[in-house]
Amino acid sequence: MPDTARSVAPAHLRLGSNIGQPLTRRDGFLKVTGGARYAADNHPHDMLHAVLAVSAIARGRVASLNVAAAMAHPGVIDVMTPDHKPDLAEDPDAKTNPFMFRLDLLQNDRVRYPHQPIAVVIAETLEAATEGATLLAPRYETEPARVGLDAAESFVPPTIGPGFPSEAGIGDVDAGLAASAHRLEAVYETPAQYHNPIEPHAIVAAWDGNRLTIDTPSQGLAMAQARIAGLFGIPAENILVRSPYLGGGFGCKGLLAGPQVLGIMAAKLAGRPVKLVLRREQMFGPVGHRAPTRQTLRLGTDAAGALQALSHHTKAATSTFDDFVEPASDASHTLYASPALRTSHEAVRVDIGTPLFMRAPGHATGSIALESAIDEMAASCGIDPLEFRLKNYAELEPISGKPFSSKALRECYARGAERFGWAKRARAPRAMRDEAGLLVGWGMGTASFPALMFQGKARAVIRSNGSGLVEIGAHDMGQGAWTALAQIAADGLGLDLDQLEFRSGTSDLPDAGIAGGSAHTATAGLAIHEAGADAIGKLAALAINDEHSPLFGAGNAGVIARGGKLLHRGDETRGESYAEILTRAGLAEIEGHGSAAADPSAQANYAMHAHGAVFAEVKVDPELGQMRVTRMVGAFAAGRIINPRMVQSQYFGGMIWGVSFALHEQAVLDPRTGRPMNANLGEYHVPVNADIPSIEAILVEEEDPHVNALGIKGVGEIAITGSAGAVANAVWHATGIRVRRFPITIDKLIEALPLAAISSERKGSAGHGK
Amino acid sequence: MSLSVSLTVNGVAHEIVLDDPRVTLLDLLRERLDLTGTKKGCDRGQCGACTVLVDGRRINSCLVLAVSCDGAEILTIEGLAEDGKLHPVQAAFIAHDGFQCGFCTPGQIMSAVGLLSEAEATDDPERIREAMSGNLCRCGAYAGIVAAIQDAHGRLTERDRAEAA
Repeated sequence: MPDTARSVAPAHLRLGSNIGQPLTRRDGFLKVTGGARYAADNHPHDMLHAVLAVSAIARGRVASLNVAAAMAHPGVIDVMTPDHKPDLAEDPDAKTNPFMFRLDLLQNDRVRYPHQPIAVVIAETLEAATEGATLLAPRYETEPARVGLDAAESFVPPTIGPGFPSEAGIGDVDAGLAASAHRLEAVYETPAQYHNPIEPHAIVAAWDGNRLTIDTPSQGLAMAQARIAGLFGIPAENILVRSPYLGGGFGCKGLLAGPQVLGIMAAKLAGRPVKLVLRREQMFGPVGHRAPTRQTLRLGTDAAGALQALSHHTKAATSTFDDFVEPASDASHTLYASPALRTSHEAVRVDIGTPLFMRAPGHATGSIALESAIDEMAASCGIDPLEFRLKNYAELEPISGKPFSSKALRECYARGAERFGWAKRARAPRAMRDEAGLLVGWGMGTASFPALMFQGKARAVIRSNGSGLVEIGAHDMGQGAWTALAQIAADGLGLDLDQLEFRSGTSDLPDAGIAGGSAHTATAGLAIHEAGADAIGKLAALAINDEHSPLFGAGNAGVIARGGKLLHRGDETRGESYAEILTRAGLAEIEGHGSAAADPSAQANYAMHAHGAVFAEVKVDPELGQMRVTRMVGAFAAGRIINPRMVQSQYFGGMIWGVSFALHEQAVLDPRTGRPMNANLGEYHVPVNADIPSIEAILVEEEDPHVNALGIKGVGEIAITGSAGAVANAVWHATGIRVRRFPITIDKLIEALPLAAISSERKGSAGHGK
Repeated sequence: MSLSVSLTVNGVAHEIVLDDPRVTLLDLLRERLDLTGTKKGCDRGQCGACTVLVDGRRINSCLVLAVSCDGAEILTIEGLAEDGKLHPVQAAFIAHDGFQCGFCTPGQIMSAVGLLSEAEATDDPERIREAMSGNLCRCGAYAGIVAAIQDAHGRLTERDRAEAA
């Protein structure tokens, strides 16, 4: 077994000379030298520092703040409170579309969740602002906090996630279960999780009259600009948002968060530029999180192990003042064929900040429950988990009956299993040991994520010196957009990458939509591709209509663009450079525009998803219950791969998030006060380097003629799904203990310690649940 | 109140008069010396994004008061490349894709540079993973980080051998 194994599939679909190449990151030099300027690295002249004070209670009101004490501290300039703040043009509690979430902008003295901003201290130095925030020493009128999934009566939400139906189904689940030979009903719980990019939300805001310039990390520049325009009553074009680098996003920087607006308000109040950076504990409050869930899975199969019914019900927490319901059950819509399938959701309101989109929203949460249940069902049927999944392979999308636009999942299973050595797995749990006597478990999970498209625009220019320029207000939060999109841009203009100038990351460029839903490369990429085609088309029109051109009379479809030249399709010795064409025409440049959106007819006719298979090995100390993931292999098929090096890193990242979901991450709320008790990176566990010994991602080739013109599906989120379940299933296989409350931690194994080997298969497959 | 500190940062001597004893080394670098390559991720020594070398040792600069650094020699990410030529660790991070968003990267690289000068420097991946576990990467670039450090270890050992010969 290679250590730190890395693999890249040998062949990639290529449009031109750039797409498909494993180029290193174009922003790599700046990122390894400290030269990449993230939001908080900006320091305009005369800048002040602002620090938030946040609530120490979950529910009630702020009775008093010692503003005088803060103001008396040397260096403190002002304290922004509900009584002393700039006017806003729009109610922060207004909600006019499903992507507009209510913000806490000091509109009153109510506290509706822990770590809600209650004041902002503005000072000449960071030290003074920090001390000032402490000196406010708030007093509260505290009301009892509603904490946990049983805190209040639940309700059926009208919609879930970004507006999906709360319930869906086909067939008769109850009849299917009744007629089944094998049945399973199991309840799985997932905890609250917080995105925790290593870069906290930060903003540097500078007003100039009614014009505003801000540096802030954003996964959605145009939406941020529009939100600010509404709140401050100024035209969107007066606002410049700069976000050339994000220090991670994972969903929490998709929509402008309250603290970012507070930074803008502070700058307005002080009349000077202001920098506001969240402290780590403040990342556990006003910037969203993944809601905790309790999921009930009911499965039934016939005697041969073919699913007859699958029901997935989710109870999720949401806030008391806004609506976002984690769409976890929808993970069961696409993967396993069953004549009867039902998904449903209920929600409960608790005193917490509104949950939001977090990497693979719904899918990650639902996948760990579904993949665990599938594993349990396979065990009770006495069938190998891979064989069980193949037996229930969906040839059509179960929920819609539509064919898949492409689905290379069988190849993912085969290649992943072969690489991992799955065939050598012992059927019974607690049957494998390593040379040191540790229990060894092998588990697997299926990965899937929808191939989405949003709307986006781009602009492309060919200059008379033969170089090109592409502009798009896209976002790179680490996925490699600056590299992959530039590769698409260069191919779109028929240029080598070194002849291309690529501008991105600011709100004054064409709107690229949001970097979310694993749809950014497809959306921004297609817009760029179209803009390039538009520019090339105009250039070609010049040449084929010019009798001095060797391309004269070639016809619209008769030319191809490559290496900075237009060439005759039938005779590539005929051609001329972009520079020659433009110079002869007396033009300094020629401009093209492109746009991208989902194709409604493809959407109507096909189910479009990326797929994958993940295999995991864990080792468990039979005396101590200590668990380590020792090996992971994932194989993923996601349409055309623009840059295999970047995609591999995305898969690694997702798989590590899967490990984290299964074994590490959870926000612990104090049941009495509702406060997060581990709002720091020491106690909110995420995997460290030593937790990830060997990880391998196989890029399975897949051609998809339907998803979009480039055949791109998106890779940013899929690898969490499948991975979390694979690790959980491996823990069961190692120990015979089925933990259904995630993350799986030692305390949940401890009652069963020490874990002696189970001798007979009969005892093993029964296991026992936790 | 004012306190003066003499320190050398990336080879440049600074005489700094601080108006506030609470300034950490991290905030001194970032807010007062415009060396913003060093990042703040948690401000309490839990994430490692602020790792710099003080007198050759890797430390979390958020946990060190600037006034305690009198006489110290500090190396930050900005001082690592020489005449525009990347340090072998920096080059290896690019080659092995040892980062995604890049925010933890300066800390990872300084931690790796520190590690490679320590007595336990090795190309054994298990020991590298252990020694690098004070530097969190939320994007999950750990495989690339370990490969980069193994690669740089090989190059640095070669260079040392060449220099010794």
